[in-house]
Amino acid sequence: MSSETKQILTTDGIPLEVSLKKAEKKNKIKAFLLVAPLLLFLFITYVFPIGEMFTRSVDDKMITNMLPKTFKAMEKWDGKELPPEDVFAGFYSDYKVLIENQTQGKLGQRLNKEKNGFNSITKKLMRQIKRNKIDESQSIKEQIMKVHKRWRDVEYWQAIKRTAPPYTMVKYLKGVDMYFAADGSIAQVDEDRRIHRILWLRTLEIALFVTIFCFLMGYPIAHLLATLPMKYSNLLMICVLLPFWTSLLVRTASWMILLQQQGVVNDFFVMIGLVADDSRPEMMYNKVGTYVAMTQILLPFMVLPLYSVMKTISPSLMRAGKSLGGTPFVAFWKVYFPLTIPGIGAGCLLVFILAIGYYITPALVGGASGTLISNQIAYHMKTTLDWSFASAMGLMLLSGVLVIYWIYNKLVGVDNIKLG
Amino acid sequence: MSKNPEFVKFDKVDKSYDGKVLVVKDLQLDIAEGEFITMLGPSGSGKTTCLMMLAGFETPTNGEILLDGNIISNIPPHKRGIGMVFQNYALFPHMTVYENLAFPLRVRKMEKDEIDKKVDKALSMVSLNGFETRMPGQLSGGQQQRVAVARALVFDPAVVLMDEPLGALDKNLRESMQYEIKHIHESIGVTVVYVTHDQSEALTMSNRIAVFNDGKVQQLSNPAELYEKPVNSFVAEFIGENNTFNGEVAEISGDECKVKLSNAEILANAISVKSKGEKTTVSLRPERALIEPSEKMDNMFSGKIEEVIYHGDHTRVRINLLGNPEFILKVPNSTSNLELKVKQDIKIGWNSSDARALDPK
Repeated sequence: MSSETKQILTTDGIPLEVSLKKAEKKNKIKAFLLVAPLLLFLFITYVFPIGEMFTRSVDDKMITNMLPKTFKAMEKWDGKELPPEDVFAGFYSDYKVLIENQTQGKLGQRLNKEKNGFNSITKKLMRQIKRNKIDESQSIKEQIMKVHKRWRDVEYWQAIKRTAPPYTMVKYLKGVDMYFAADGSIAQVDEDRRIHRILWLRTLEIALFVTIFCFLMGYPIAHLLATLPMKYSNLLMICVLLPFWTSLLVRTASWMILLQQQGVVNDFFVMIGLVADDSRPEMMYNKVGTYVAMTQILLPFMVLPLYSVMKTISPSLMRAGKSLGGTPFVAFWKVYFPLTIPGIGAGCLLVFILAIGYYITPALVGGASGTLISNQIAYHMKTTLDWSFASAMGLMLLSGVLVIYWIYNKLVGVDNIKLG
Repeated sequence: MSKNPEFVKFDKVDKSYDGKVLVVKDLQLDIAEGEFITMLGPSGSGKTTCLMMLAGFETPTNGEILLDGNIISNIPPHKRGIGMVFQNYALFPHMTVYENLAFPLRVRKMEKDEIDKKVDKALSMVSLNGFETRMPGQLSGGQQQRVAVARALVFDPAVVLMDEPLGALDKNLRESMQYEIKHIHESIGVTVVYVTHDQSEALTMSNRIAVFNDGKVQQLSNPAELYEKPVNSFVAEFIGENNTFNGEVAEISGDECKVKLSNAEILANAISVKSKGEKTTVSLRPERALIEPSEKMDNMFSGKIEEVIYHGDHTRVRINLLGNPEFILKVPNSTSNLELKVKQDIKIGWNSSDARALDPK
């Protein structure tokens, strides 16, 4: 029963499989060449930047490169008591190189982030070195320890050792309000400084509610679009798409005009006597503004997939449901609704994913209580220039989206998504 | 049990969609209980609109529809208890065959045992036992069609409407389904209102046929009468094949009349002509004219063969006769068949009782 005996040959005596491969080879190459530009484009614009972002988010090579001899010597140190002489010597020679290159300040700042108080003692050491107070023939350890009492504190040396690996997860921990404690364990920051966790939760909450609002508003619109006669549905479709084609900034700005305290909506409320003139509700620079503006802006992303699915549902199905004795509600709920689930899935996923990373609208109308995680990322990109932290948070957002996609796939099945 | 001859009654029903054009004009139609009635007509003739009004998806613009003596114009579709088979079957694609059939029973809040029993019975009626767990998408067109029929019957409706249910099937399947539906109708005695534009379908299945054109019933009668005795030239033209002569009534006496054509005079049965000088179209079925008849017939003319087409069981012969180059004859094929050749001159004869002088075309 060996495969040799069963091998099928072509009329020329070549094994069929070989012959088939040969015949298909040209087509395969052609197909590959056709998709090659897209693959290249994807690599350049997607895989490469994200890889770069990931490297940046975990990169901690700066200090590793600055203190090569120190870390080499530290490999043998157990980290429990003060390090031996060769560690001090290594640190001294590394630091001297930095002073010559005038980059010693960066080291101080970086170490200070790891443990408070480093900045001053490194500066003090620098001054001693510059004045040639350190005698290289004597024990370096004794002399450095004399510079400041903190150099005698083992915790500071432990802090230096923690910075040894070229990669660090510290930015990711910071993203969820955690940090490496002195003993290397993971700890939470003080309760009053846990800002990121609030932002994450708020982002999820706003994305969830915006998705729900979009669904509630988009479903009837999509149904109307799919069932109206062509001439009306085209007009309605333009009404849906027109805001879609308008600049995001313009639309957000117009919401600002409408929602501000002296704005059109408030004026109207006062006019019909719903609220008093001196107690106009704040509808902007808070969550309300973010909800309203984002729902309006993301609505087409819900309507379009729903519409494309509803368009394929034959009206005779609803009729069949009714003629078989189902009330209009039963016919809708048992027949029509289940058939729109692929569209609901696609629309909700699309809106949720877009909402979770939304930036401009919350930045403009969100105020303090309506900003999202993306605003925080932008803040670190532009203001604090902590790009590695921004990258880390960006990647956390990306993996969050991937997790949602995975859950969605388990629940509904991605094959069921219909985007049109 | 006496059958109600007016089980379904369309009483002076008009229907217009846009307020300008009447799609259905003054429809007066009684359907007896247990009858298989077919609404036949070209597309746009108003037949489907009538069906939709009966099902409750369209409301009559004027007039009333009565079901078993009760006015139903204001009853919503789901309360009418009328089964319906749709053109594209309209099976629920997300439900199994069982669930599709159980749907009308579940909304009627029946017990599970009873539902099982009824679904089983309905499926065996269309010989689809064992298909309960299949999805509609896994069935062939014919099987889907049967499921649709079973679903329309499973809740024992008094009336079943069928809107061109066989339109999507291929010819052989369509014919076998025609007999199957006919047998189901005979065995359970439900009233069926069937809509089609296929005249052979209508002829084989129905007790009575209502021929629709231009929003009006042109003729309502049983299939044989419809074919043999069409009352106007539309029906004659629409049902089966038809040879026509356009002319003018030259003489009329009782049922008989003499029609003057451009180059001859023929005898015909006066159906819708009343007086001398009226324009008329004489209609004659192809199989009623004979080639070289052995016995004497009261219309005898000679014509020239233009085309001979072999059809297996018969041969179609196109003849230029009395100025009509489209005169068709059907000659049964047999061993003693005549040698028919193009350009040959032959004698054609028919009885005046088979030629019907109808309204002018």
